[in-house]
Amino acid sequence: MSSSENKQMGWAIALHGGAGDIPLSLPPERRQPREEALRHCLQIGVEALKAKLPPLDVVERVVRELENIPQFNAGKGSVLTSKGSVEMEASIMDGTTMNCGAVSGLTTVVNAISLARLVMEKTPHIYLAFDGAEEFARQQGVEIVDSSHFITAENIERLKHAKEANRVQIDYTQPVQNDTKKETTIANGDSQIGTVGCVAVDGNGNLAAATSTGGLVNKMVGRIGDTPVIGAGTYADARCAVSATGKGEAIIRGTVARDVAALIEFKGLTLEEAAACVVHERTPKGTVGLIAVSAKGEVAMPFNTTGMFRACATEDGYSEIAIWPAAKIE
Amino acid sequence: MGWAIALHGGAGDIPVSLPPEHRQPREEALRHCLQIGVDALQGKMHPLDVVELVVRELENIPHFNAGRGSVLTNKGTIEMEASIMDGRTKKCGAVSGLKTVVNAISLARLVMEKTPHIYLAFDGAEEFAKEQGVETVDPSHFITAENVERLHHAKEANIVQIDYSTQPLQNGTKKETSVVANGDSQLGTVGCVAVDSNGNLASATSTGGLVNKMVGRIGDSPIIGGGTYANELCAVSATGKGEAILRATVARDVAALMEFKGFSLMEAANCVVHERTPKGTVGLVAVSAAGEVATPYNTTGMFRACATEDGYSEVAIWSAS
Repeated sequence: MSSSENKQMGWAIALHGGAGDIPLSLPPERRQPREEALRHCLQIGVEALKAKLPPLDVVERVVRELENIPQFNAGKGSVLTSKGSVEMEASIMDGTTMNCGAVSGLTTVVNAISLARLVMEKTPHIYLAFDGAEEFARQQGVEIVDSSHFITAENIERLKHAKEANRVQIDYTQPVQNDTKKETTIANGDSQIGTVGCVAVDGNGNLAAATSTGGLVNKMVGRIGDTPVIGAGTYADARCAVSATGKGEAIIRGTVARDVAALIEFKGLTLEEAAACVVHERTPKGTVGLIAVSAKGEVAMPFNTTGMFRACATEDGYSEIAIWPAAKIE
Repeated sequence: MGWAIALHGGAGDIPVSLPPEHRQPREEALRHCLQIGVDALQGKMHPLDVVELVVRELENIPHFNAGRGSVLTNKGTIEMEASIMDGRTKKCGAVSGLKTVVNAISLARLVMEKTPHIYLAFDGAEEFAKEQGVETVDPSHFITAENVERLHHAKEANIVQIDYSTQPLQNGTKKETSVVANGDSQLGTVGCVAVDSNGNLASATSTGGLVNKMVGRIGDSPIIGGGTYANELCAVSATGKGEAILRATVARDVAALMEFKGFSLMEAANCVVHERTPKGTVGLVAVSAAGEVATPYNTTGMFRACATEDGYSEVAIWSAS
């Protein structure tokens, strides 16, 4: 479906590096690299859209970049399972065709989102996981490395801390430090960040969404979250594209990404209304954030957590990089 | 309002010429499983327990593509998956990639109740099964001669059979070759939905997947919103082409049409099956909080059974049978 008989609405893009209990006191040495990364990835996406790349290619490219950045919980920088291993997952969806691809349980694949796309394009299936996905990766000749490549010192520390607290950290903020009285918010499991994602639309209304993650700190081996689940962490159709982040279990239960699109299609809500409804009325506070774009070139980035690493831009010149609600950096 | 229950043994291109020796055991199995579910509901068992009980029974029956009787991967192995959802709490559980667990649906329920997670797969799921002490057996337990033959046939035709046709290739099965060869033959997955007279809803789905599927392939059955969904309005379990069900978020959409567009259960279920998914790909069973039942399918047939408290019951494969 294309809106070629409609006036051109313009392209739009949004991306996220995770929603969660990101403390306002986040020290500069932690905040700035992430802001810079968001700026960098936004620029990559904007340039790709300006060069008329299809949104499906744009979201894959941006998520690859986010996966490669160790500060975010995807690819390099993925959080660790209860056994200290890495298990990465991702999904991608093309709103024009409704084709989708997903992968879970990856341990050596440098870019999970690209393997998800290959599942979509090179197999009769949508979703491959664990040994079968790793085998497919080798058949396809995608870039693979020793799984130690993905593990960062920060995440080893996060796992240690979570084990001490005997808890599955839904996600993470920062490793524990001396004066972290505020940090004890981790102790009650409130600290939440994780997952990266990107949604994009071109001037013809073609939409795409992509999401990628390392999952939960201290998760059980074999645990799958919302990120590879079509309709939960990722969704795109002819009306909108959505990528969600936060507590995976809440996002699955709330079929978050699908619900945004369903509210638009079945109830006639606008993108803004639908996204706000799902995040603020249909999911528990402190669990979810999402980014979404519509076929008309609108953007929405609601979250019910303390913050969400995010960036967006539209063809009319608007752009934003932000972490907390009103703390726009530019 | 009253209780209601519906269960399926798979939608697909079930030939109307299905010989009695293949049809009767399946009809009998559907009747048997329906009775188990009805007895449970009449005994005031909670719908979540009812759907688990019925799906366990379906998993144990080798004629259906779940548990014993699961279809085989392209390596001749078994990889079973399932999911379960409680409509009132929206709690859910799912498993994939099981090789030794006798009842995948029960492990899915344990994930829901005994872990902070919803979905466990492959080695991690098998490990959890051992920790929980659920019944496990050698994978050969699940493999039937019929399915070995189906895989052989699919490999010869060099296709992934979206599901499997009702019977393995035999001499006189000209219909069989044409049907299978273009990938139309479709059967698979078992499921059950139930509601009690208080409007508590639950759904459960379980499968062996696709004949000749790639190792590691996950379908719609363990995907909340895909093959399984339940909330306070309805409970849905889908069957058919897994990839089509995932793409169309079938189970979620039935409930969403009811909630966001005010459709009745019947309207919502029919809309999803007949207007929103490609013909020949999907069937589903659904019940509503009000005790209604819908069992639409856009395939040739769907093994199904249902009953409601007012005395209605049905066991069927095709329409008007």
